[in-house]
Amino acid sequence: MSEVRFHGRGGQGVVTTSKILANAFARTGQFGASFPMFGFERRGAPVTAFGRFSDKPVREKTQIYNPDIIVVLDPSQRNSAAVFLGLLPGGMMLLNDSDNTINVSHDNLRKLGIINANKIAQEEIGLSIPNTVVVGAFARMSGLLDIEPCCEALQDYFSGKKLAANIVCARRGFEEVELFDL
Amino acid sequence: MITKAQKKSQIKVITGNAAAAIAAKLARPDVVAAYPITPQTEIIEQISQFHANGEMDCELITVEGENSAMNAVMAASLAGGRVFTATSSWGLVFMYDAILAAAGARAPIVMVNVNRETPGIIAVSSGQQDMISTRDAGWIFLIAEDCQEVLDLVLQAYRLAEDYDIQVPVMVHYDGFYLSYLSEGVDVPFQEDVDQFLSVLKTQPERTKLVPGGKLGCGSHGILLGYLELRHKHVSAMERAKAKFEQIDKEYEEIFGRSYGGLVEEYRMDDADAVLVGSGSMCGTIKAVIDEKRAAGVKVGLLKLRMYRPFPSEAMIKALKGKKAIGVVDRSLCFGFKGGPIYTELKAFETKLGGSKMISFIDGIANTDITKINVATMIDTTCDLAAGKDVREVTWVSYPEAQEEGGL
Repeated sequence: MSEVRFHGRGGQGVVTTSKILANAFARTGQFGASFPMFGFERRGAPVTAFGRFSDKPVREKTQIYNPDIIVVLDPSQRNSAAVFLGLLPGGMMLLNDSDNTINVSHDNLRKLGIINANKIAQEEIGLSIPNTVVVGAFARMSGLLDIEPCCEALQDYFSGKKLAANIVCARRGFEEVELFDL
Repeated sequence: MITKAQKKSQIKVITGNAAAAIAAKLARPDVVAAYPITPQTEIIEQISQFHANGEMDCELITVEGENSAMNAVMAASLAGGRVFTATSSWGLVFMYDAILAAAGARAPIVMVNVNRETPGIIAVSSGQQDMISTRDAGWIFLIAEDCQEVLDLVLQAYRLAEDYDIQVPVMVHYDGFYLSYLSEGVDVPFQEDVDQFLSVLKTQPERTKLVPGGKLGCGSHGILLGYLELRHKHVSAMERAKAKFEQIDKEYEEIFGRSYGGLVEEYRMDDADAVLVGSGSMCGTIKAVIDEKRAAGVKVGLLKLRMYRPFPSEAMIKALKGKKAIGVVDRSLCFGFKGGPIYTELKAFETKLGGSKMISFIDGIANTDITKINVATMIDTTCDLAAGKDVREVTWVSYPEAQEEGGL
């Protein structure tokens, strides 16, 4: 089982990112479960979400304290202690950032993916909502699933032109993420 | 849960709230009363959407508050309609008088309550205190562990509430945040199968209805022996609900291929010396930790409560009798008692448990996470008790200060 923790802010689609990935895993015959943790729903407030992806049914309904992978949608949180808390050795991090230089470090971090998801989202859907780009980038960096089930999963959240544009976002995320071995 | 070969179904990745909304849609209610409250709002949002796009042919009443919601569905139910509403926490207590009246009137309402802490200390957080605060209202209470069970229990609730021999409102509970917003794969049944499952109700005698112009009162007055008669009938119906629910669980399995064991679910109980008793979403985490402990040779099991009202004491005694130690995990408080509410209630049957020792764990209130480490602590403590060691009667697992402050 891979345990993934997502960090971002209300409005960036953090929760949807985790949902789409759980959906995509289910489409591959595997199992995915995700949930966010927040109090009142507010745009701009920090949001954390948790994702578990496994070849067996996921039963745990508890937050994730020792993630294998961390996904950061809000670049301002990239060096926050809360983001790296409990990261397991051999850990991966996917970062949405306009700056593609390696400016994060953690003893347990072995792989880093950087994607300028806001820019791609702005170009494709006209909004700086990075989530679907991040979904594609996650598939590439983690190697846990292919891009096709991610694109199929988008059908459950978008339709028409928005669906088409968000599929382009996910595919560009998959293609354009820059990967660094640390 | 036992899953047999899949019949007709479709796996969808949805939240617990969406599972509740879809189940409500599949039950084809006549009237839905809707009022939003975190963490339940998504249910009525989805139902509103189903209603707007023509997928749901019901009267959708957007009421001005929860008290009206309960009064609206009570009236519709007494007029013979199938009804649905959903609430949580402050909403549940704001409809408290109507909840009591609906039970007294034996209105077969199905309501989802997404568990959240109650007013008292303001908190938008998970906990079963709202459920506990209404446990003596005369409703049947069912509790779900995961998104699939949310969907299954809402459908089963209609069979139970509207059964001619029962006619008692049913509340389906599940943990706010941990389950309301959890997205996971759910086997969504097809409409024709749900219609078949619920069609049994159509073969039963028609229940008494209020009709405009009809000379019939309902839930109006009961004095002296009249009152006692109505109350005794209600208590008796609650008792009958236990066997009825077991039967419904079996029939559900025949159609949908899923059975949970009825009133309680036993997990790796067979040769267990130590048993945790739990309810709701915590049970998934407990099962995962039990598997790890079992791999290390620890004889531990879980008894999961699926029905909380009526209290399934016979089923619990049968499952727990002869176990060396029982740790009851409560996600709420029982003011005036040291231990949690479910612990306190099970304690009433202690002499029937064949010498099992019992302890109480308080955890998961106010959104504190029932972590795997916490569960392991509870298992270890219960195993210590089974081994004859002295342990505390009550442990606030996420608040060690409680053990230092004294008083317990």
